[in-house]
Amino acid sequence: MKKSNDKETKRNLIPIFLMGKRYDVPDSLTIQKATEYAGYQLIRGCGCRGGICGACGTIYRFPNDSKLYYGLACQTVVESNMYITQIPFFPGNKATYDLEKLEPTESVISDYYPEIFKCMGCNNCTLSCPMDIKVMDYVAMAMAGNIKEAAEMSFDCVMCGLCSARCPAEEVQYNIGIMARRIYGRHVLPKSEHLEERVQQVEEGRYESMLKDLMGMDKDQLRELYIKRQPEPDNVDEMWEPDEKKYL
Amino acid sequence: MPYTPELKNLIKKVEETRPARVERKKKGEEFTGIPVDKRQDILKKYHPDFIAGTRKELKVGASKGYAIAQEYAYILETKSRVDPDKIDLSKVAMETDVLVIGGGGAGNSAALLARENGAKVILATKLRNGDANTMMAEGGIQGASKTWKDSPYYHYLDVLGGGHFVNDPELVYTLVTEAPKALQWLEKLGMIFSKYPDGKLHSMHGGGTSRKRMHYAGDITGAEIMRTVRDEVRNHPEDIKVVEFSPAVELLLDDSGRCVGAVMYNLETEEYFIIKAKAVIMATGGTGRLHIQDFMTTNHYGATGDGLVMSYRAGVPVCFLHTVQYHPTGAVFPEQAEGLLITEKVRGAGANIVNVHGEQFVFEREPRDVEASAIIRECSKDRNNGVPTPTGKFGVWLDAPMIDMLSGEGTVAREFPGKSILFRRYGINISKEPMLIYPTLHYQNGGMEANNKGETKVPGLYMAGEVLGGIHGQNRLMGNSLLDVTVFGRIAGINAAEYIKGFAGNGNLSLDHVKKFNKEVEGAGIKDKVGPMLLPDYSNPDVRKRQLTTEYLGTMR
Repeated sequence: MKKSNDKETKRNLIPIFLMGKRYDVPDSLTIQKATEYAGYQLIRGCGCRGGICGACGTIYRFPNDSKLYYGLACQTVVESNMYITQIPFFPGNKATYDLEKLEPTESVISDYYPEIFKCMGCNNCTLSCPMDIKVMDYVAMAMAGNIKEAAEMSFDCVMCGLCSARCPAEEVQYNIGIMARRIYGRHVLPKSEHLEERVQQVEEGRYESMLKDLMGMDKDQLRELYIKRQPEPDNVDEMWEPDEKKYL
Repeated sequence: MPYTPELKNLIKKVEETRPARVERKKKGEEFTGIPVDKRQDILKKYHPDFIAGTRKELKVGASKGYAIAQEYAYILETKSRVDPDKIDLSKVAMETDVLVIGGGGAGNSAALLARENGAKVILATKLRNGDANTMMAEGGIQGASKTWKDSPYYHYLDVLGGGHFVNDPELVYTLVTEAPKALQWLEKLGMIFSKYPDGKLHSMHGGGTSRKRMHYAGDITGAEIMRTVRDEVRNHPEDIKVVEFSPAVELLLDDSGRCVGAVMYNLETEEYFIIKAKAVIMATGGTGRLHIQDFMTTNHYGATGDGLVMSYRAGVPVCFLHTVQYHPTGAVFPEQAEGLLITEKVRGAGANIVNVHGEQFVFEREPRDVEASAIIRECSKDRNNGVPTPTGKFGVWLDAPMIDMLSGEGTVAREFPGKSILFRRYGINISKEPMLIYPTLHYQNGGMEANNKGETKVPGLYMAGEVLGGIHGQNRLMGNSLLDVTVFGRIAGINAAEYIKGFAGNGNLSLDHVKKFNKEVEGAGIKDKVGPMLLPDYSNPDVRKRQLTTEYLGTMR
């Protein structure tokens, strides 16, 4: 799709306030694009522009409304009279650890992040999460040593840091989350045995001669083999096996 | 923004044909694919690479005469952003064994393996560590892990077929044989792969795969890889120093022609400084932000091809840059999400692509270039079967609700949590409503020439990830880029750490190659163009006009 040309489409301008300063911007834009429309060239607070990297955590509110609102600047569409500030960086503790040596014990996370017990249950972290993650709940799971739940509940975390910025107990929730996920991935989820077997087969040189043959072929020979290869059908069991087995 | 009443009406046509399409799929009856020998026909007619007049021959440098997209030629034919004579090469700000340029999957993997092999590392990156296309890759990572039905042999054939049989065989050999090891490394780092209860990896088809070989972590596979390797980098602060918001702008060579560091630019204070190293790993990623032919892109903000520019000036040739990958399914509605990647995994899970009449017109798992061309054809004047959007564009439907009908209620929400949340914010329920999509600029198939150790013709300069060309030939298959960054990042790290052993690194620093290149550019009559670009310019042009005391070099102040 072609880049949209602002001038071709009719644009309805609305006022927004970037760090307190008024700019009139088209109402169809995200906060990120509206900031650029206002004239900024972004350096901080802009990464993937697609809602996954966590660079553009943003807090906003409206006049005569006591509530704070949270979002990712690249995902949130502007509204009239938004007062906007981005939190492109927030300092946070990161424990260093040797994953191999960790065990999924009850205290594995609190040993590294003892401040986890300071959580006072205010739920501000959950309220501030732009990914709708139940942050306080996964922290509670980590506190209780339930690595599986902490990992699964924090899975969508983009590590933007808004939770941490709003935490009165000074926790670094997103670092607790990734630690839980890595322990879960390494020490709780069962290891893939077929992967291990395959690595061994490769290391034993099982595929060397057949791959060398392929590497020596010209386009036509390759095309012929390519066309003849048997596709695994869509709706078959995981353990489906192809007819030709000599190249496995 | 939810679908407009007009679009809701059109969705009814998709709903009308859906039950029959689901039935066919259940019976294993697929839409007839485009035969391999007919692929070139549709590509030549509809793929953006083949539009006349969009390529330009390089006038300077190691690949002079090679015709590539104008936008690539533009950045490669630039002069240095900074006068090389102004840089004081005696003032070294930081020194290390291995300098990794780029903070994506390749850069972080390279840093970890260089460290593991004894090197001290500086990882310098333009934005934050992790602001990279790796973070955004959704669908999965290939690797022939399933011993009972797949092997590197079939992976090799698939990669070659997808790349139109012109890929560099050595690079592909390394990609497919190292793949299982790379997956295992990620598993050991605690990446959460989607698995069966016995530990068996879930895997799916991607476009052009003969076996279900795409492993994944929900629909945020790239983010899961990125945050895992980044967290591991952060576990070694003594050995791996991370320098953020500091892009490299030139490579430094010594008097014997080895690459020994880079000139860096602090984006915030606007100063230039020098990092000296014994070897350099270029892992700067791709080029979506060049907006080839004005296409929107799925790429992250910093994807401006800086590594191509610097390496080219140092004498490394480019290869396979004459083809560009357009991802078949970028969002085209709502406006706020335009260009956004909708993972190929949606089609891997069985969703059809249908036109304005609710009809299938292409098998949903053709290789990406073929799939994209078929969609462009459907929306073109030759067929006029596109779905019109409120902003005057056209798209086709990606029928995700089929997935719940095929694999059970709740599958879409479970397998695509990221996209479900995102569309829910716009009032669109992708478990019940199809997504409106159109091809979007996605991947730089080519890049710099290097061998399967990541070595270039410049000693001490390594390539890893999207900046390295040749692995994917003329078209990359889904799931092979996350694999590529992991495999070649690791390899570059290992080889760079090996290379520096016994190298004192005390030659004289030089920017003579830059001076020479600048002269060549001038000699070719090219004026007023500087590179690398560093950041795209999305600020308001009217505002720029009023910045009367500001000077811009390229896109930046």
